[in-house]
Amino acid sequence: MVFTLKRLGLALLVALAVSMLSFTLLHLSGDPASAIAGEGATDVDIAAIRAYYGFDRPLIVQYADWLFKALRGDFGESYYFQLPVAQLIGDRLSITMTLGVCGISFALLTAVPLGVAAAVRPNSLIDRVALFISVMGQAMPSFWFGLVLVVIFSIKFQLLPPSGTKSWENFIMPTVVLGYYAMPAIMRLTRAGMLDVLSADYVRTARAKGAGEMRVMFKHALRNAIIPVVSLSAVQMGFMLGGSIVVESIFALHGAGYLAWESIGRNDLPTVQALILIFSLFYIVFTFLSDLLNAWLDPRMRVG
Amino acid sequence: MSTILSVEDLKVDIPLAGGVLHAVRGIDFDLKRGETLCIVGESGSGKSLTSLAIMGLLPKMAQCRAAKLEFSGIDLSKAKNRQMRSLRGDRMSMIFQEPMTSLNPAYTIGDQLAEALLLHRKVGKKAAEARAVELLEKVGITAAASRLGQYPHQLSGGLRQRVMIAMALMGEPELIIADEPTTALDVTIQAQILRLLVDLQREMNMAMILITHDLGVVARVADKVAIMYAGEVVEAGKSADVFNAPQHPYTRGLLRCIPVPGKTKPGEHLGSIPGIVPSLIGETQGCAFRGRCDVAIGSCAHDIPRRVSESGHMYRCVHEGGQPAANAIQSEGRP
Repeated sequence: MVFTLKRLGLALLVALAVSMLSFTLLHLSGDPASAIAGEGATDVDIAAIRAYYGFDRPLIVQYADWLFKALRGDFGESYYFQLPVAQLIGDRLSITMTLGVCGISFALLTAVPLGVAAAVRPNSLIDRVALFISVMGQAMPSFWFGLVLVVIFSIKFQLLPPSGTKSWENFIMPTVVLGYYAMPAIMRLTRAGMLDVLSADYVRTARAKGAGEMRVMFKHALRNAIIPVVSLSAVQMGFMLGGSIVVESIFALHGAGYLAWESIGRNDLPTVQALILIFSLFYIVFTFLSDLLNAWLDPRMRVG
Repeated sequence: MSTILSVEDLKVDIPLAGGVLHAVRGIDFDLKRGETLCIVGESGSGKSLTSLAIMGLLPKMAQCRAAKLEFSGIDLSKAKNRQMRSLRGDRMSMIFQEPMTSLNPAYTIGDQLAEALLLHRKVGKKAAEARAVELLEKVGITAAASRLGQYPHQLSGGLRQRVMIAMALMGEPELIIADEPTTALDVTIQAQILRLLVDLQREMNMAMILITHDLGVVARVADKVAIMYAGEVVEAGKSADVFNAPQHPYTRGLLRCIPVPGKTKPGEHLGSIPGIVPSLIGETQGCAFRGRCDVAIGSCAHDIPRRVSESGHMYRCVHEGGQPAANAIQSEGRP
């Protein structure tokens, strides 16, 4: 309990620091007022815009103003869409989250069993096949792999829709592309962890007690081997939510990643600001959850 | 007393890149209920592999053969994995050298102790935990009931080894194998753990194989001794016979290494055996000890006779009594 509270406090502090840093950096990266006014605007126009949006106030005041509104869910209005940012992000976030959850699930469901199987028989056929699959995953760029899938499954066999977000079928190929990108690292880490743990003394103790192979593998070995995998998956998950821009572009899934990319190009400050905060919150939440999960898996980590 | 374990011509080979390592080269012994056999030998002499072979816990790549490997009427060399599993932890159990790492860090002591019983008996979790408490008390752990919820990292090395002993005894085994159970512990704890093991062995009338390189321990607890060198038993017999009248030059060398209170003067050199254990990759001809032996002669490179006295005291040496006859060295010459 103390552990959980400590971690939670730490996570909140990190979130605050990230928001502060990103706010400051974005406002230092250029004068937002002249960006909004566009080329050819007079100094008077720019000054008017500056006063209208409150850019003439000290940075700390602007930050405090933004933070208190953000805490109530008000991220301001998009300069480009002239819509509340919260509403703009809301729809797209659900697409990105669906994709992220499906992607990481696909990665874990393929990587962990394959990693365990490879570790049980190192240098066997299954180990080599697993290695091949993971090298392929690491080597193929997502945009290329995505297009190959589209060519095969949408154009040649016409099994899956190539783009859009209409039904669950639209998410199959993006899930595979996104998951396959995260899978090799998870698989290699599972394999390495299992190899390490399988030669541990306590695994021998479990066998000496008369435990069967399945019990030795999954009760005694995997629980200890999976700990680094949990931390890695949390980072991968955060990455998928923030960095699925390529996949979202290929399959025309208009998610939050794609929106962030567009908004940066448009200098749409409130949108970018809100997305950065949300993406960093994802990282923080997943890291926090992985800390809790690891503490549950390994009692030695239950010290604040 | 009936024989519970008999081993004849047990061999363990490990294929390596540079050839086959003959780690255990044909050893024999047998053990009755209530008896303690001490296997003594230096690192790499095959003691641990012998015990793992009995338990069926050899690494996958190791190949094990035996003319006879029988545990209370069951032929272990032909037993299926399933049958070995049902014996392990129930009728035969093992205590390892490394108490610090032999318990699973992710589970409580209670879980791990109970598991040893739950795997073999149809009892409930409550009953298994009650048995765990009973055994923790038996191995001298105070506040036993409150220990069940503790994790291994919360216990000291000595306590962990006591837990390992309790775990090995959960099923009331007929055979217990202790592989250097005190090597990793503080000297003050070593004696306690050893005493505990011996007391429990007597109380529960188990057969025990104690693997050690501490001859002082052997002299105190063993009924039988087997001295192993380079994968072979070079001398074996009743403890008193071996200690009072060591026959093999290697055994005599080992005994010279122990300081004797009152006899060994301060500052005096303790004995040592020069040289190192030979490589066991490929076939070994003759006596493996001859390179380090001070009474070696030319015929040591050929077949070595296995000499057995009437009381069952066995040794392998070309010399009758392990000593050359007065004129042997002159007539045959040094190798």
